[in-house]
Formats: sequence, structure tokens, C-alpha cells
Amino acid sequence: MVKNSLLLKNRKESLRKLRMRETLTAFGFISPWLIGFLVFTGGPIIASLGLSFFSWKMLTPPKFIGLTNYINMFTTDQLFKTSIGVTATYVLIAVPIAQVIALGLAILLNQNIRLSSFWRTVFYVPAIISGVAGAVIWRWMYHNELGMINNLLSMVGIAGPHWLYDKQWALMALIIKSLWNVGVPMVIYLAGLQGLPKFLYEAAEIDGAGEFVKFKHITLPLLTPVIFFNVVMAIIGGIQTFSEPYVMTAGGPQNATLFLGLHLYQSAFSYMKMGYASAMAWIMFAFILGLTILQFKLANKWVYYENTES
Amino acid sequence: MAANYSTSPQTMSSYSFLKTGFNLRTFLFGNRFNPGLIRQTISYGILITLTIMFLLPFYWMINTALKPSDQVFTAPPTWVPNPPMWKNFTDAITNSYVGNQDTGLNMLPIVRYALNTTIITINGVVATLFSSSLVAYAFARMRFPGKKILFLGILSTLMIPFAVVMVPQFIIWNKLGWLDTFLPLLIPHWFGSAYNIFLLRQFFMSIPMDYDESAIIDGATHWDIFWKIILPLSRPALAAVGVFAFVFFWNDFLGPLIILSTPKNFTLTMYLTNFTIPYMRQTPWNLYMAAALMITLPCMILFFFSQKIFMKGITIIDFKR
Repeated sequence: MVKNSLLLKNRKESLRKLRMRETLTAFGFISPWLIGFLVFTGGPIIASLGLSFFSWKMLTPPKFIGLTNYINMFTTDQLFKTSIGVTATYVLIAVPIAQVIALGLAILLNQNIRLSSFWRTVFYVPAIISGVAGAVIWRWMYHNELGMINNLLSMVGIAGPHWLYDKQWALMALIIKSLWNVGVPMVIYLAGLQGLPKFLYEAAEIDGAGEFVKFKHITLPLLTPVIFFNVVMAIIGGIQTFSEPYVMTAGGPQNATLFLGLHLYQSAFSYMKMGYASAMAWIMFAFILGLTILQFKLANKWVYYENTES
Repeated sequence: MAANYSTSPQTMSSYSFLKTGFNLRTFLFGNRFNPGLIRQTISYGILITLTIMFLLPFYWMINTALKPSDQVFTAPPTWVPNPPMWKNFTDAITNSYVGNQDTGLNMLPIVRYALNTTIITINGVVATLFSSSLVAYAFARMRFPGKKILFLGILSTLMIPFAVVMVPQFIIWNKLGWLDTFLPLLIPHWFGSAYNIFLLRQFFMSIPMDYDESAIIDGATHWDIFWKIILPLSRPALAAVGVFAFVFFWNDFLGPLIILSTPKNFTLTMYLTNFTIPYMRQTPWNLYMAAALMITLPCMILFFFSQKIFMKGITIIDFKR
């Protein structure tokens, strides 16, 4: 009996040792991320928050100025207000249109359609050359007299605007360009559609449901998690838009395309206002965080999760 | 019962009334009407229209890249370059100077930029694959305290805009004296990237646990399981993440833009934004487009060859967790 309990104790002991070893190994495995997080994300986040209360132009020592950066942002810096307006307009227009087109295309491609991988490639390829190269091509497309768009428009008798040089049209031009990259959400929708259970559609067909009814009552509800994912990612990306305005308009004309990301970049690296740029980055972060939390809150009302056991 | 009986003929008759009435479908399509055909026609119609719209920028790029210089600046433009100037591509390579600055290189600038970009991209791909899969393995197949919270932590970093960490990171590189070197563009990627950790964890979790258990009974360590079982079984997911990473690093702009300042260190995307040719007042759009085409080609070729894997990679994302 005594021997037995000793054995049990030993076994418990060795089990604990085993657990301990697994924990240590696991932390070894995740150590790259832990270290990277502390050095390249966690540390800088705190540093950035701290910096936002300083005035610092790199060459002179930083000076503590309290909330002045934040106050200036909302009172004296007209460009900040402009950049918020530009970014908000862009997100509000570009994100919904892109999602509708992406979902529409995904539904089209999910049908029994010939050459489906060909179409998919066509719509996805622009995403591969997104960023600078895409922006350069579109800058040339939008060229006032030599560009393709205005020449096509003139063929049907429309005198196109100056696009990137027109205060009224520049932001619209960037929004149209952004729709060229609709392939990214499209393939994610496509993946979501392909994962929908077939039996629901079969059952609905037996009940005599038409295409629209099936879409409204099966496809759309089951796809809400994917829609949610795409919308959240699109908003996070949209708020940070940088390369396109940098390459295509440099924020102009008359700051009509001065995105928050661009204003921030210029404050930090053109004017070396490190403290001010950090404060602006925190406002950007607050917007993203706020919108994401809001979306997660709203998600309870419209996102349908099939099984929530895991 | 009686009421039931009386209603049924009535509905019958009203139905047949509709049948005999005017029918738009038969009017338009005769008796061979096929609802599937209409739908298909509309679908293909939309697809073809959108395909043309999506391909127009590519056409415009290729068209311009092949134009003789005098045709670039004529309005209305020529829609087919005549004759196609293949020489534009070699001209774009031999004239690839950034501004009027002497780069002090013993090779053509664009070759140097391509080399710089290749170094950054290959390091990025290898680093991302190795570090992200290592971290993902622990989250997918090991038990340790704090696992849930740490994983949530990883996911929440997806929300942090680069702008927040950009300035402090710049200050760190400055303090280390690493500005205008490749180190800040090489080292940080060896510490895992949140999105890829998430993707790979999803894939690793779909591999049956039995493999690990029997391996452990045979005396294998977690490293053995990771290296000899999980990674070989995850080739499609790794390939997908690798292709994603390649495209990301090849196209990355803001990162190099902040760190690199002397022209000899530039990447291809930086070169594209600085595209000018000495002693030419107007932008030589034909050479510009030729350069853009050459620079985007590696990504496009990679995508065409890895399409299946790429699409598979996207389906790994599980939205329900």
C-alpha cells in the first residue's frame, strides 16, 4: 500500500515535470514572437505614446509639452482636419462599393461557369501588383490628354476631368483605382462560398425556393462571418492608405487627397516632428480600435455563427 | 370538406387563365425559352465586360511600354504601337538613374535595385516562413499556460497600424546606426508575423493529433515533430504563405522608404517612384511603363505558377474562430 502510493506520488511528480518541460519548450517555440513583440511592437507602442507628449525634432533634446500635440491637432492644424475628412470619405465610399463588387464577382464565379479559374486570375492579378507599380500605371491612365481614360471618354463624347489635378475628382480617382484591387476580398468571399453546405440549397430547392430566396436566406446569413472579416480588414487597411496618394498625387491638389497616413508620414519624415507624428499615429490607432470594437459589438446583431462550440 | 372541394377547381381555373394570357417569355424567346440560358448570357456578359475593364490598365501599360517616344506624346494616342519598340526595355535598364545623382556604382542602377529587392524579399520569405511556423506550431499543438491570452495578443496586433510603431522603430534604428542599411529590413521579420502565424496555426490544427502522439511514444521531441512531421505535411499552407510574403516584400514601399536614403540602397519600388531620366524634361512614359512592367513581372509569373496553391492558402482562413 505504501509502496503503491509512493509510486503514485512519483508518477504525479514525473507528470508535473513533463508538463513543466512542455511549457518550457512551448515558450521556446513562441520566443521569436515574444521577443519580437516586446522589441518591435510592445516597446515602440509605449514609446510612441510617451513621445506623443513631447515636442521633438530629432536634433534637439525632446521637450515635454503635455497634451499640446493633441490640442494642436484638433485646433490649429487645419491639415489634420482635412486628412481626417479625406480618409473618412475614402473609407466610407471605397469600402462598401468594393465589398459589393467583390461579393457579386465571387457569386458569379461560384456558379457552374466555364473558365472559372481564368476569370478568377483576371480579377486577382491587379492585387499582385498593388502599391507603387499599380499606382504608377494609374497615374498614366489618368493623364489629362494622353491618358487612356480621358481618351476613351472622348470617344463617346465626354470631356473627362483633369482627374488627379482636379480638386473635385482626385479623391474619386483614387477610389476608382482602389476598386481595381477588389480581387483580395473577392477570393476570400469565393473561399467562403465554396465552404457553404450543399444540403441546405438542396433542401431549399425541394421547397421550391428561387435563386433570390436562396441567396437572401441561405447564402447571405451563412456568409456574414466572411463579410464581417472582409469589412473589418478593409477598414483597417483603408485608414492606413499611403502608397497610392504618395505616388499618384502626393496629397494634392490643394490637399484634396491628403490621407491621414500621408500627413503623418510628412510630419514625421519631412518636418521631423516626431512627437506630433506619434500623437497623430495614436489618433489613427484610436480610430481603428474604436471602429473595430464597434463592429464587433454590432456583429452580434447581424453576423451568424453556425456553431460556436469551439 | 365541402369548402375544400369548392376552392380547388377555382384555383385551377385561375391558373390556366394565366397560362393562356400573354407571356413575355414565350413572346421573346418562343417555346424554346431556357431560363438557364438567359442567366448564363447575363453572367458571361458581366464577366466579359469586367474582364475588359480590369485588363485595360495592363493593356495601357504594355501598349505604352512598346511605343516609340514620339507616339507617347500624341493625342489621341495610338492604340497599337507601330512599330513596337522592344528596345524600350533595354533603354529602361541602361538609363535607370535616380535623378541626376551619381550612384557611384559599377553596375547599372536598376540591376543594383533588383539585387537589393531580391535580398530583402528572399530574407523576408525565409524569415517569415520559419519564424511564423515555429510560433504557430506551439499554438496549434502544444499545451502551456497563457496560451489563449497570448494568442489573442497576437491577433490584436493585427489592429495596430504601422504608423504607431514606425517612429519609435525609426529612432531605434537611428540609435543603432542602422539607418540606410538593410538590417532594419531584414532582422525584424525573423520574429514572426501575426497574420501568418494565424494562418499557419489554422492549418496545423487540421492535422490529426495522432501523428504527434505516436511520435512522442517513439521518443520524438517537439522539434522533431515540427520539423519532420508537421512542416512536410503543411507544404501547401507554407507555399501559400511563402507566395503571399514574396508579393508583400517585393512590393513593400513604406518600410524601405523610411530606412533607405542613398540611391545605391534603393529598392525597385523606390526606384519607380523616383523615375526620371537625366536631361529629359518630360516623363518618358514609355520607358517608365517598360520599367514598371519588368518590375511587376516576377510577382505575376510567380502567381501564375502557384495559383492553385495560392487559392488553397486563402481557404485556410477559418472565420468562425
